[in-house]
Amino acid sequence: MPILETIGLEKLFGGIVAAHDVSLAIEKGARHALIGPNGAGKTTVINLLTGVLRPTAGRIMLEGRDITDTAPHERVQLGMTRTFQINQLFLDLTPLETIGLAVSERLGLGGDWWRLVGSKAAVTDEIVEIVERFRLADVMHERTATLPYGKQRLLEIALAFACRPRVLLLDEPAAGVPEAERHELLATIEALPAEVTVLLIEHDMDLVFSFADRISVLVNGSLFVDGAPEDVARDPRVKAVYLGEELDA
Amino acid sequence: MLTILFDGIAYGMLLFVLACGLSVTLGLMNFINLAHGSFAMAGGYCTVVLVNRMGVPFLLGLPIAFLVTALLGGLFERTLYVHVYARSHLDQVLFTIGLVFMSVAAVDYTMGSSQQFVQIPQALQGQFDVYGIGMGKYRLLIIAVCGVLTIALQLILAKTRFGSRLRAAVDDQRVARGLGINVGAVFAITFAFGSGLAGLGGALGAEILGLDPTFPLKYMIYFLIVVTVGGTSSITGPFLASILLGIGDVAGKYYVPTLGAFVIYAIMIVVLIWRPQGLFARSVAR
Amino acid sequence: MTPATAPLAADVSRYLARRARWSPLEIGFWIFAFATIWLFPGKYLILKDTAILALFALSLDLIVGYAGIISLGQAAFFGLAGYFSGLIAKYGIVDEPVIALILSGFAAAALGFVTSFLVLRGSDLTRLMVTLGVSLMLGEIANRYSDLTGGADGLQGVTIAPVLGRFRFDLYGHNGYVYCLIVLFVCFLLARRIVYSPFGLSLRAVKENALRASAIGIPVKWRLVAIYTVSAGFAGIAGALLTQTTAFCSLDVFSLERSADLLLVLIIGGTGYLYGGLIGAVIYKLLQDWIADLTPQYWQFWIGLVLVAIVLVGRERIGGGNAALRAFIVRLGGRLLGRRAVPAPDRQ
Repeated sequence: MPILETIGLEKLFGGIVAAHDVSLAIEKGARHALIGPNGAGKTTVINLLTGVLRPTAGRIMLEGRDITDTAPHERVQLGMTRTFQINQLFLDLTPLETIGLAVSERLGLGGDWWRLVGSKAAVTDEIVEIVERFRLADVMHERTATLPYGKQRLLEIALAFACRPRVLLLDEPAAGVPEAERHELLATIEALPAEVTVLLIEHDMDLVFSFADRISVLVNGSLFVDGAPEDVARDPRVKAVYLGEELDA
Repeated sequence: MLTILFDGIAYGMLLFVLACGLSVTLGLMNFINLAHGSFAMAGGYCTVVLVNRMGVPFLLGLPIAFLVTALLGGLFERTLYVHVYARSHLDQVLFTIGLVFMSVAAVDYTMGSSQQFVQIPQALQGQFDVYGIGMGKYRLLIIAVCGVLTIALQLILAKTRFGSRLRAAVDDQRVARGLGINVGAVFAITFAFGSGLAGLGGALGAEILGLDPTFPLKYMIYFLIVVTVGGTSSITGPFLASILLGIGDVAGKYYVPTLGAFVIYAIMIVVLIWRPQGLFARSVAR
Repeated sequence: MTPATAPLAADVSRYLARRARWSPLEIGFWIFAFATIWLFPGKYLILKDTAILALFALSLDLIVGYAGIISLGQAAFFGLAGYFSGLIAKYGIVDEPVIALILSGFAAAALGFVTSFLVLRGSDLTRLMVTLGVSLMLGEIANRYSDLTGGADGLQGVTIAPVLGRFRFDLYGHNGYVYCLIVLFVCFLLARRIVYSPFGLSLRAVKENALRASAIGIPVKWRLVAIYTVSAGFAGIAGALLTQTTAFCSLDVFSLERSADLLLVLIIGGTGYLYGGLIGAVIYKLLQDWIADLTPQYWQFWIGLVLVAIVLVGRERIGGGNAALRAFIVRLGGRLLGRRAVPAPDRQ
């Protein structure tokens, strides 16, 4: 059974079709990439998956459970988190506080108003583990706003990861990252645990082809091609779409 | 009962003239101007001085009040408000509340704290009896003036170039600027005009709403309710909202005297539960 | 966790533990606060008013500074609890002031809970509207039911029993002040605990970026409802304190001026670090005293001017002055005051 599935997902904004009959099936542990030209609707799909947008039609299934009507924060609790194309961080908090927050929430301590943050060893241990995995140890006490962009991007992913998702949606993680900091970012993404299923939206084809074991191509809101990287790379229709040539009917 | 309707409409139209400047300011610059009532008060006192003390005819006093208040509004806009546009809503609230306090105290100091009464000409006192409906002559004037103003506003918005620039700037400031529209000038003129309207409303309303230094504080909530219920993306929204609230308030106070004042608050709360963006707002939230 | 990460873990634990530790400045503040009982024997009435105002401002700081909700209607909770405590004392329903205080706090919190759902819908403007509207509405209700509330004359005939059966409130205000100061301190401790808890951290996240907060699993709406309710409770306790120590309650507890002055207090002191309301209250009362001496009637003008000036000069610059001072103290003592991040610890 696929861990994440969408069935005939539709999203209309007035007369505009942002997503049409999008049916994805993502297996557990997969490294699935979603690519397509600008404006194809990739972020819309992520917004639908995470509940930021409600679909006009269609269903979303997470681990066999229908989550189409579930609230965004509940989907996180069910094991699906995302990163944002433009960093959405808590600029005044430090990475330590940010990750600590996510960990506390996940362990059900988020509503605890009596204990002090960090009084539980379980929380502290996890914070350390994540800070190290995402190479943030040297900046963890600094205000997020002062961090270089590459570190912020790492924190962006670390934050989503701190929720221990079973499915992680990455929305253009490499976007805007300077050349010097890309390597660290890509290495970190590669090193994500195998149990975590990853759906990646990306324009960076190097990352896509080195990382993904399956690629879906989205064009004008519809799924165009879906298959193994080699097949997608060879498909002449994909090249045509990216180069903007006319398609045959 | 129709008299109630008539009174309610008059009250509503008065509210509209008073509040529409606020609605446009909020819609245009996303600026919460709680001191809007102070301009209304200024217009009222201006008319009192002109008519009571200087013998200017009432009907002439009204447009003069409009002009004086508009100039005042323009002055304040260029010197003070312009510094606060980019600030957070909290800052705007604080700033304009500070202005309200200053205006209330200043008027109290210069004009005394007692109620002011404008000397209305004989011709406007009393009422017509039309098919059993008692139409107060003064209220008739209000409906006439406000009606004309509303139509004029709609025409300006819809037919003139200024109007289209204004609508563009309300819709999307950045794009409007990109099209070469001088948004700063549009706003200055609109603010002045809106303040002038408030002043006119204050002058007209002195007879019905009363006029004393606490006017801006007392009536602030009513203007805000009009803007909240009516939304900020059109003229018709606040217009209909004002009429609704005017009739609701007058009818409420007549039929259910003990709870009459609550009708306005109750309407506000119901509307906010049902449509947080206002009854007539666009679906795009700001 | 590998042996290599053990120092890191210790570092993290140490940092988090230090975060909430009382700094010398804080301890000094409260020692001084309690010392005023003996230092200023003739000034109990104004000190008591300051303590009540400080608690009231603290309640607003919880929602403005920590949750980002702008409210012009804290007076609703202040006033509701004020009348509630006065009425239950007047009709002998509850005699012990401390119990009455707690009950009044809960009454205000209940109102806060009920109205929170309205407050959380819509934009800043609708929030202003709803909060202002509720407090004005309550004022209207209090005015209408003047048989019960005394209307414009205020609630008469309230007698307050001695606290814990022993400490009667007298004209000199000594017991009244001590009572208020202790209540303020207890509420402050509670607020401090909340702010440094995971719940408090989640509030700051919500204030900064509600979208992301919800994207990491925080139930944003419920957290805001919770803090709004708590804040209402604190405001209510402040209102009840006023009624209990003056044996009187009048309609002006619901006024716009009261809510607006409260915002001013918080702006003077700064938001988001818990002491803003307290420091602001002290400064405000001093200002009020000083200006009232100069121009007894028109002090509202000067307060308005102060507000305008503060906004024009820039809250950040004033708050920035605070921050520079705080940073200096942080470097000096190596400890935290409020919520600024500790500078990176030394590496081995």
